Amino acid sequence: MIELKSVSKTFEDNEVLKNISTSFLPGQTNLVIGQSGSGKTVLMKCIIGLMTPEKGEINYDGRNLLTMNRQETKMLRREIGMLFQNSALFDSLTVLENVMFPLNMFSNMRYKEREERAISCLERVNLHDIGHLSPAEISGGMKKRVAIARAITLKPKYLFCDEPNSGLDPKTSIVIDQLIKEITREYNITTIINTHDMNSVMENGDNIVFIHEGILEWNGSKDEIITSSNKKLNDFIFASDLFKKVKDVEIGLMEDEG
Amino acid sequence: MSALTKVGEYTLLMQKVLTRPDRFRETCKQIIREMNNLGVSSIIIVLIISFFIGAVITIQIRLRVDNPMLPKYTTGLVTRDILLLEFSSTIMCLLLAGKVGSNIASEIGTMRITEQIDALDIMGVNSANFLILPKIIGLVLFSPVLVIFGMVTGISGGYLVSIFTNLISSDNYLYGLQTFFVPFYIEYSIIKTLVYSFIIASIAGYYGYYVKGGSLEVGKASTDSVVMSSIMILIADLVLTQLLLT
Repeated sequence: MIELKSVSKTFEDNEVLKNISTSFLPGQTNLVIGQSGSGKTVLMKCIIGLMTPEKGEINYDGRNLLTMNRQETKMLRREIGMLFQNSALFDSLTVLENVMFPLNMFSNMRYKEREERAISCLERVNLHDIGHLSPAEISGGMKKRVAIARAITLKPKYLFCDEPNSGLDPKTSIVIDQLIKEITREYNITTIINTHDMNSVMENGDNIVFIHEGILEWNGSKDEIITSSNKKLNDFIFASDLFKKVKDVEIGLMEDEG
Repeated sequence: MSALTKVGEYTLLMQKVLTRPDRFRETCKQIIREMNNLGVSSIIIVLIISFFIGAVITIQIRLRVDNPMLPKYTTGLVTRDILLLEFSSTIMCLLLAGKVGSNIASEIGTMRITEQIDALDIMGVNSANFLILPKIIGLVLFSPVLVIFGMVTGISGGYLVSIFTNLISSDNYLYGLQTFFVPFYIEYSIIKTLVYSFIIASIAGYYGYYVKGGSLEVGKASTDSVVMSSIMILIADLVLTQLLLT
């Protein structure tokens, strides 16, 4: 579990995060949503440790990231998997070498074992026989899946995904979402996803954190989002006519059932 | 950004770079890869440039130093000393700053803007050490090979001039090469190249590592690294010449 307590972050005079307190449970897909510039990327960078907040606590299963020494931070990072917006695969390595990379750096396995583990991770994300290709030779969706495979090779306890669906077509987006959801359940990982994709919110939001102008404005599940009366949340989620119609249909169905 | 801030940033980066690698086996593999990428791939250009510069220096010296008071072997002697003392180390490294330095800065800069360096950091890898140290060691280890190749090819270029033109006889040229030969000049040249290689790889690594923005900034970092490496090489040349030859 990752728990945030009164996390605040300021850039010069601009307070980007204001007393954010929430928790992200394992085995759930935790989504952080909000408009561009709302502070969700800064929040994720603070949780990962790429930025340091001025105030608050970030607890990884009771271990406060902000009071850890360098060695403890290094050890914690080995428990973290990260899926970047543009996959961040290493261009100089093949697909298989990319997936083997964390094993090469941090495991004492023999080469054959490392290779087998990497192949099994690639198979887990439904990629077969592409290990010899370079990242430039595969599609955007495949790159995301390779990045997921790389993120899970060391069996992480925490998985962070920054805009996992950006640049993907709707069908591939669903595949990636489904994959993240399955892996989260399978390995009982604490997964935090930073997203703009409303399909993901509606499909996978076990726990949704809505950030507005640096403030945690709303926290709930995908089912609660439909009935929420929070104006800022509704303005953001149901900005398009399509989602307004979805909301009306969902509410209609609830009333029929109720 | 002020020059002082850059010096501070560079020093802090070198503190991160010059530490014990996370995984020695992986660093060794990287070093071999970098020796190939940065060193072996530069051999051809070093050979071509050295050959022609050696030949041109021989012709120029012969045409400019046309004094009956000077012995006939002067051309060979001066060509040898120019090639050994300055060309094979300083001029060659200025060329390498362009080829290798821009390569390093743009490679690491692209890794920065495509979040590959963030990926390393999040995995708990010391990214500065993992990316820059193998390039420094690879180039430093391979540069003496390039220097020797440069010397031999440059002198060979001059020798071919003596064979195929009537400017100087090959006997006089060969005699000049052997006259007043100071073996320390070779060591001096290699010592200078080791320092220059460190300058090229570390400065290019610094500019690439701290790129912010997009592809335009990567291009600018690449250019800045070449300019700064070249200036630092010339300053180091002055200091090392003063230290080693006086």
